[in-house]
Amino acid sequence: MAPFLEVKNLTHKYSAGTPFEHTALCDVSFTLERGEFIGVIGHTGSGKSTLMQHLNGLLKPTSGSIALDGTDIWQDKKTTRQTRFRVGLVFQYPEYQLFEETVYKDIAFGPKNMGLDAAEIDRRVKESAAAVGLSQELLTVSPFDLSGGQKRRVAIAGVLAMEPELLILDEPTAGLDPAGREEILSYIDSYRKAKQATIMMVSHSMGDVARMADRLIVMNKGRIALMGAPGEVFCHARELVDMGLDIPALTRLFLQLKELGLDVEPVYTQEQAVKALLALRGGNANA
Amino acid sequence: MLKDVTLGQFFPGKSLIHRLDPRTKLLILIGYIVALFLAVSWLSYGVVFVFLVSCIAISRIPVKSFFRGMKPLIFILVFTGILNIFFTQGETVLVQFWKITVTLEGLIRAFFMVFRIMLLITGTFLLTYTTSPIALTDGLESLLSPLKKIKLPVHELSMMMCIALRFIPTLIEETDKIMSAQKARGADFESGKLMQRVKALVPILVPLFISAFRRADELATAMECRCYHGGDGRTKMKLLRMRSFDYYSFLVSAAMIAGVCVLRHFGL
Repeated sequence: MAPFLEVKNLTHKYSAGTPFEHTALCDVSFTLERGEFIGVIGHTGSGKSTLMQHLNGLLKPTSGSIALDGTDIWQDKKTTRQTRFRVGLVFQYPEYQLFEETVYKDIAFGPKNMGLDAAEIDRRVKESAAAVGLSQELLTVSPFDLSGGQKRRVAIAGVLAMEPELLILDEPTAGLDPAGREEILSYIDSYRKAKQATIMMVSHSMGDVARMADRLIVMNKGRIALMGAPGEVFCHARELVDMGLDIPALTRLFLQLKELGLDVEPVYTQEQAVKALLALRGGNANA
Repeated sequence: MLKDVTLGQFFPGKSLIHRLDPRTKLLILIGYIVALFLAVSWLSYGVVFVFLVSCIAISRIPVKSFFRGMKPLIFILVFTGILNIFFTQGETVLVQFWKITVTLEGLIRAFFMVFRIMLLITGTFLLTYTTSPIALTDGLESLLSPLKKIKLPVHELSMMMCIALRFIPTLIEETDKIMSAQKARGADFESGKLMQRVKALVPILVPLFISAFRRADELATAMECRCYHGGDGRTKMKLLRMRSFDYYSFLVSAAMIAGVCVLRHFGL
């Protein structure tokens, strides 16, 4: 069976054929399985955003292909449009795209464009509003009267209401306070569980990505530099630092411990750290 | 796509024309336009043409870019040409059929009219190609400063112009971003009837206006934080200063204009 999403030799050049030509993506290939949580990390200008905009057909590849369930998304106009509904894209600072008079109408914008009937739209709006923790009273309020964090949630709900199979988020927690960040991340996680959706999240916060993602893609200068489980990727600490990226504080600590001669594997969550340290003490006790 | 629009027409360079004081360039452009409208004969047009061509040569701006800039105006040029060919009365009839007469006078007149418009546009392009928008507003402010006497807020006007120019690329980028975001939610800008298309713009325009106001607000605060209080007593980092070659340029241009005037006086 074809993989859920397959990106093959994707290359994108901005302003191709002019003196301002600039290669944003170069020969990028990877696949996504249904239900996976993929984290994408990379320095500013590494091509992350360009990559994301290809996955739902906003940008057309200069060369290479993107296939969803084995069908090329650029096969015909209808497929491309359908892709936009199957692949939900939450841009950076999505609150700046709000425009309707009420929160309800704004969340309904996506489902309406899908051509759903009123009852279905109503169900989706209420469900996705609840999914991001917006109370029913807020639905009748103008989105411009809300606080920054609430606006962000409305914008995310607007994409969730389309019930995409693949949800892509570009820095969904940028500019939020720690509590707000945790909330947004937990909503994303529960959406994934409720709809068995695939998630792709771009983030600068290594800690968040490492904790939530099954797999990481590290982008550098338009290419995939590293790909694999968080543990594997963070083993390449030196390379990550050279790319101008950070590694989670915990991982750095453990790598330093290892350099000092302790028998520990790099970890990236607190549970793993506790476990590793306990194992270490147990081992020493036995010796 | 939207980013491809070339609004910043400035071609950075270090030629003599680039280094001229913006005020010099503005004044010479005005003189040049006057000369262009005073020109009546082949000879006087030739003088203006040679002047322009030598300016372009000195500026080292590729001639191609002038033609590219001319493209949107082709319609006006063709229209002017046709109008003048067919509606000029004259003695020497070249072609005559049905009610249409083409005379030699008409042909010459049409040529002059089209040529004049082209020279006009090219001269103006030369100014915007060789002068950065900031230098241009600085120059305008300085030239208009006598109008402060009649309480015209010259500094404020030039500051507004400067800010407006500065924010054009920012707003284009913003529009691009909002368009992508709404497209990702299934908005369709490319199909449908006229009314539908106009309605489809609402999801772009509302966020764009809101962000423009937000930016304006932030900019105002930022300016106030730096104690901006208008033009009074404000000094400039880059002082405009006339140098010797500014005066030489004036001399050359004045000679050109005088030449055209003399030719006109003798009916040439």
